[in-house]
Amino acid sequence: MDLFEYQGKELLRKYGVPVPEGRVASTPEEAVAATRKLGGKVVVKAQVLIGGRGKAGGIKVAPSPEAAGEIADEILGMDIRGHIVKRVLVERAGDIADEYYCSFLVDRSERQFLGIMSAEGGVDIEEVAANDPDKITRVHVDPLLGMSQFHARELVFGAGINRDARKEATAILPKLYDAFVSLDASLVEVNPLVLTGEGRVMALDAKVSVDDSAGYRHPVFDELKTVHEVPEQERLAKEKGLNFIKLEGDVGIIGNGAGLVMSTLDVVKDAGGDPANFLDVGGGAGADVLSSALEVITSNDEVNSVLINIFGGITRGDLVAEGIIDALGRLEIKVPIVVRLDGTNAEQGRKMLADAPHEMLVTATTMLEGAAKAVELAGKGGD
Amino acid sequence: MAILVGNDTRLLVQGLTGREGSFHGLRNREYGTNLVAGVTPGKGGSDVDGIPIFDTVREATTATGANTSMIFVPPPVAADAILESHDAGIEVIIAITEGIPAMDMARTVTHLRRGQSPALIGPNCPGVISPGKANVGIIPGEICTEGPVGLVSRSGTLTYQIVYELTQEGIGQSTCVGVGGDPIPGSDFIDVLERFEEDALTKLVVLVGEIGGDAEERAAAWVKENMKTPVVAYIAGFTAPPGKRMGHAGAIVSGSQGTAAAKKEALESAGIRVATNPTEVSAIVKELL
Repeated sequence: MDLFEYQGKELLRKYGVPVPEGRVASTPEEAVAATRKLGGKVVVKAQVLIGGRGKAGGIKVAPSPEAAGEIADEILGMDIRGHIVKRVLVERAGDIADEYYCSFLVDRSERQFLGIMSAEGGVDIEEVAANDPDKITRVHVDPLLGMSQFHARELVFGAGINRDARKEATAILPKLYDAFVSLDASLVEVNPLVLTGEGRVMALDAKVSVDDSAGYRHPVFDELKTVHEVPEQERLAKEKGLNFIKLEGDVGIIGNGAGLVMSTLDVVKDAGGDPANFLDVGGGAGADVLSSALEVITSNDEVNSVLINIFGGITRGDLVAEGIIDALGRLEIKVPIVVRLDGTNAEQGRKMLADAPHEMLVTATTMLEGAAKAVELAGKGGD
Repeated sequence: MAILVGNDTRLLVQGLTGREGSFHGLRNREYGTNLVAGVTPGKGGSDVDGIPIFDTVREATTATGANTSMIFVPPPVAADAILESHDAGIEVIIAITEGIPAMDMARTVTHLRRGQSPALIGPNCPGVISPGKANVGIIPGEICTEGPVGLVSRSGTLTYQIVYELTQEGIGQSTCVGVGGDPIPGSDFIDVLERFEEDALTKLVVLVGEIGGDAEERAAAWVKENMKTPVVAYIAGFTAPPGKRMGHAGAIVSGSQGTAAAKKEALESAGIRVATNPTEVSAIVKELL
C-alpha cells in the first residue's frame, strides 16, 4: 500500500526524521486555519499518490492565510494525471540551500536492503540514474546485521553531500532505515531531503510504501487505509478478497493466479478482443469467492461476455463450479459466461456444470478456445 | 535423475494437520511421494491418515529421517517454520504459504544463503514435481508425465497450463519448479537453471516469466554465459496494466522497467526463443527436441 505524503511524514516523524511542521486540510477554510496556526509563509501541497505534482500545479507557496485559502480552493478537486485531489498538506515554508535524494528499499535481485543517495535531489531521479549514473550512490544493508554508521557515511560521502549537511544527513539515514524496517515498508523515499537556509536537514517529501502482508502486526495500516479512495467496483472486489483492476474493454476476465490471468488477458487480446478487467481470485478460492467474482465483473455494464479461466492447483474445480452455479442462480446474468476448467477436481467441476445447464453458460476445453469464444460472444453482445 | 525432489525424497509437512496441509500432503503421498511425517506444535503423538505428527521438526527428522520439508503454516509463523527446518538439517524446503512479510523473508533468505545452505523454493509457490518420482506441493500430478523437459516458473497456475499443454503434446518433464512470485524468493530462475544444467535427464528447459522485477533479464544473461541446454521462454503480461507503482527507486535498482516487451527482448538477444502464448510453448519445444 502506497501512503500519502502527509501519512508518510507523520510516520517518519515518529522515528525521529525531521519534517516540516504541517497540517492536512480538505477545504479552503481548513487551509486558512492551518496557515494561521503555522504562521508566516506556507506551502500548499496536493495529496495524491502520483508523481509530477509540482509540474501539474499541485504545489504552491502562499504568503498569507488568505492566499493559502485561494490556492487550496484551486488545488482541491484538481485532476492530476487521473488522481483527484481530496486533501492538501499545508506546511511551513523555509529557505532551501540544497536538495538531495535518499531512499531505502527491498532489492529483489540481491535479496538485501538497499540504501540509495544522490546529491541531485528534487529532480526526477530516474533521469539522473539514466544520464548520470555516477551521481547515485548505492549501499546494500544486510537485513540481519542492520544498518551501521559506516553505511550512512558511505552514502553521504559517496554521494558528495554538501559539507554543511553531512553531519545531520548521516544522523538521519539510520532513522530512515529504522522506519523502513519497523514499518515493514517496501520503500521509503525522500526526494528532496533538504539543507535549509538555517543549516538544518529535513525531509521535504516522503514516499512510503508498506507491505500489506505485514498488516497483521501493524494495526495502523487499517487506519491509514481508510482515506484511500478506490473506484466502487475495485472496493467491492477488495472487500471480497479479490485482486481486481478495471480495464477499458468488454470481455470480463476471471482467473486464478496472477500469471494465468495476465496470460489470459494476452490471449484475449491476441484473439482480437479487449479485456474489461484483471481479476485474480487467488489460490484456494472457494465457491463464495467465485460467486462474488462473477458479481463484481457483471456489475460493469460495459462487459459483453465473461471468460472464466481456471487451472486448479490449490483451487478445486468442484468449488469453482459450485460458485458459478450459485452466481447463475443468485444473480441476473445477462451476458454469456465462457468457462474453461482444468486441474484439481476439474472433471468433477465440469460434470457439475454439465448437470446444471443455463442459457448463458458456455464451456470451452482449452484456454485459446475459451478466449476465441468469449471474444466472439462479446462482439455479438456489442452489436 | 531430476532435480530437488525424487525417489530419495523423505517428506515432512509443517502444517499437515491443517485443512490445506492435509489435503495436499495426502495427495502428494497418493502420487507416490514418500511422506514420512507431519509437524504441528502441540499435536505430537497424533497422526493424519497414519502419518505420525511431531511437535518439532527436529523430533520428526530424528524419528523418520525426513530430508525435505513442505511448509503449509500461516504467514505469521511461516518464516519461523523455514528456519526450524533449516536448523534441523532439512536439505530441501518448499514453502507454499502465501503472504509472508518481505522483511521476514529478507532475514530468512539471508540466513539460509550463508554457508552450506539448503534449497529453499518459494514462498508463495506451487512447489516442485519430478513426474513419476515425487510431487511436493500443489501442482496437480495428473497433468504431468515423465520426460526430458525441465520447467521453472514464477507463476503457479500458468505453470499448470504450460505443463498440461506439454503433456497433451506427448512431451514429458524431468522436474517442474515453481519459484513463486514473492519479492524475496528463496530461489530464483538462475538457482534452478544451474541445477537443470547439471541434470542428466533434462534436455531442454522452459522458463515461464511475468512482468515486474528483472529476474528474467538476469536469467537471460546467465543462460547466454553458462548454459548448453536449450531454453524456451514464455512471458505473461503484455497487455497487463502498468502496476500502481509509487516512487522511482525500484526502476533505478533493476535498470529495467520490468515490462513483458523488455523481458522478451532480453531473452531473445540471449538466443532464447519466446512463445507468444502457452500453446506455442509446446510447439517450439517439440521442434527443438
